[in-house]
Amino acid sequence: MSQTELTRSQPVNAATKMAIADCDIHHSPREFSMLYKYLEPQWRDHLDQFGQRARQGNYSGPQYPKSQPDASRRDAWPPGGGRPGSNLDFMRTHHLDPHNIELGVLAMIRPHPGGFQNLDLSAALCRAINDWQVTEWTQPEPRLKASIVVPYEDAPASVREIERWAGHPDMVQVLLLSRTVEPLGNRRYWPIYEAAGLPVGVHAFGYGGQPTSSTGWGSFYIEDMVGHSQSCQSMVSSMVVEGIFERFPALRVVLIEAGFAWMASLAWRLDRNWRRLRAETPHLKRLPSEYIKSHIWLTTQPMEEPDPSEHLRDVIEWIGWDRLLFATDYPHWDYDSPQTAMPLRLTQEQREAFFIGNARDVYTPGWRS
Amino acid sequence: MTIDCDIHPSIPNLAALLPYLDEHWREIVKLRGMDEFNSISYPARSPLTARPDWRPEKGKPAATLEQIRGECLDPFGTDLAICNCLHGIQLLFSEDLAAAFARAVNTLVAKELLDKEPRLRASIVVPIQNVGLAVEEIERWAGDPRFVQVLLLASGDHPLGKRIYWPIYAAAARHRLTIGIHAGSSYHNPPTAAGWPTYYTEDYTAQAQAFQTQLSSLICEGVFNQYPDLIVVLLESGWTWLPAHLWRLTKYWRGLRMEIPWVDRSPFDIVRSNVRLSLQPTDGPPDSADLERVIEHLKSDALLLFSTDYPHWQFDGRDALPSGLPASLKRKIMVDNPRATYARLVEPVA
Repeated sequence: MSQTELTRSQPVNAATKMAIADCDIHHSPREFSMLYKYLEPQWRDHLDQFGQRARQGNYSGPQYPKSQPDASRRDAWPPGGGRPGSNLDFMRTHHLDPHNIELGVLAMIRPHPGGFQNLDLSAALCRAINDWQVTEWTQPEPRLKASIVVPYEDAPASVREIERWAGHPDMVQVLLLSRTVEPLGNRRYWPIYEAAGLPVGVHAFGYGGQPTSSTGWGSFYIEDMVGHSQSCQSMVSSMVVEGIFERFPALRVVLIEAGFAWMASLAWRLDRNWRRLRAETPHLKRLPSEYIKSHIWLTTQPMEEPDPSEHLRDVIEWIGWDRLLFATDYPHWDYDSPQTAMPLRLTQEQREAFFIGNARDVYTPGWRS
Repeated sequence: MTIDCDIHPSIPNLAALLPYLDEHWREIVKLRGMDEFNSISYPARSPLTARPDWRPEKGKPAATLEQIRGECLDPFGTDLAICNCLHGIQLLFSEDLAAAFARAVNTLVAKELLDKEPRLRASIVVPIQNVGLAVEEIERWAGDPRFVQVLLLASGDHPLGKRIYWPIYAAAARHRLTIGIHAGSSYHNPPTAAGWPTYYTEDYTAQAQAFQTQLSSLICEGVFNQYPDLIVVLLESGWTWLPAHLWRLTKYWRGLRMEIPWVDRSPFDIVRSNVRLSLQPTDGPPDSADLERVIEHLKSDALLLFSTDYPHWQFDGRDALPSGLPASLKRKIMVDNPRATYARLVEPVA
């Protein structure tokens, strides 16, 4: 949605438009090597020779080719060159200013090194990316906040990285990817939850070394993309059933880019199964749906699009108007526009919660006072 | 009239299958000291596996005709019930072993259940490990109109839309059999996309995700383009996940049609014509008014098929129909939809 749409719609003065939060923005170095100045020489040499080795077979040309160059909007390529999302000035004029984005949460996934086979490289590159994003993105642009990328398959190293940023005002969450070596409720990840302090964001994607479904690998990119919601449903089950919210009662989890409409049915299913099977999980003290309603938020993109759209209202009411964080996924091709993504007529209160209030509550607690 | 589309007779024990294995396999069973193939999908003593009042003092639930008649057929006033035998055959790695045991299970079902109880129908268990052998097994039973469906599991080696499986669909379409996909896994892949969970609760919950994956695969690979009359029935899926899944799949289909240009109808339309779902369990909201909303989201009253999921513990007493179902839908679910789904149910049985 794109330039055509921007020129087609009525020009709106940003100052009169409601300020919003965008809880999933993807930035990127112009060239990967621009991260090198934040890396120790040892790791530059390593990367030059051996490259990034995630738990997948390709180092370029993904198994599921994307639908658009760099999986991005055609109009998101900076005029001066570089990848979409790699030029802060262009991001400002193309995205932040016209939509009056007051809070933009950066989610670094290009790459997120958390799924690398080499855990030391994973930790070193996470450190470099975090230094890079604060120096080159959040310091020059106060509307943008960043997520601490951590080498999540190595919990102690993740904890060290979280502690390195403790109290830094530019870092608003700890960022993991969803396809992990073990389901994210597993105890190998608990030290991350214990140390986080900040919300733990889990962005769809990643390479855990497992097939992308319980029945093996699909053939198509569309299956890969749709499959994130199945993968994240299992992840939510793991988090809830393992009892991480009982163990870490202050933990807040944000699911990013996994859709959200599935959460209602999953919560009903978990409640039903837990009632029947609760002898297995005596560590759980409440219904699964209650943990979900008090600990988990979901970003909205890609918004499910029922026909008629009123069906979406039912689902949001089941999930809770306080659980959803608006996100565009800029600059990716399946971007949701702030103007058109929400088809329902909202009350002022719902609109405020959906587009910015919930995000403020999660990422900048205390902002109301 | 009542048609129960998902009940689970148990194979009483390994000895019960021996008469239906040929001499070679009987000898192998003895020589190797083989045990019966039971899957962790339904641990024997787990509360979900059998309702307390359907759990006998000795032996397995649903293991005799007396149990099936007295606990399931009679109390629910069932006129026809489809037996989906969940024996751990799909878990094996030897294709020949799986084929021998699938054949034995089907023979036992035919001789000890279908021959003796006219209200019963059954699904053909197939050795999915080898598609050629699976087709052979379908052909073996296709002449018997009491077999109405081919039974597959929700998780296996590969997504079920992939072309390697198409000969199974061709055979099913040829014989007007439906494809039933039942909760359960071969466990040849981890039960979730992030590996093995800790708890059975997660595993059973993940079945709903497996069905979503299979539905995506069947639609995206074009199975229903190739076999337009094929009906796929999702058994014990929980089903309330369906609308949200189709919203997402349809959204991505709009964006990614160039990748699968043969999918020329929206996933909602394909489901309406080719996919059905059994009623139990209903993973419904606590408030029955909300269940009516979920049913409205399905946008069709033809999709749901009555099932008790006997002897699994999904409800108590005779409350197999969740409250919140509109009266007009009840008859559709109990009778009309099953009859429209299973071509062979309405054929005379000689």
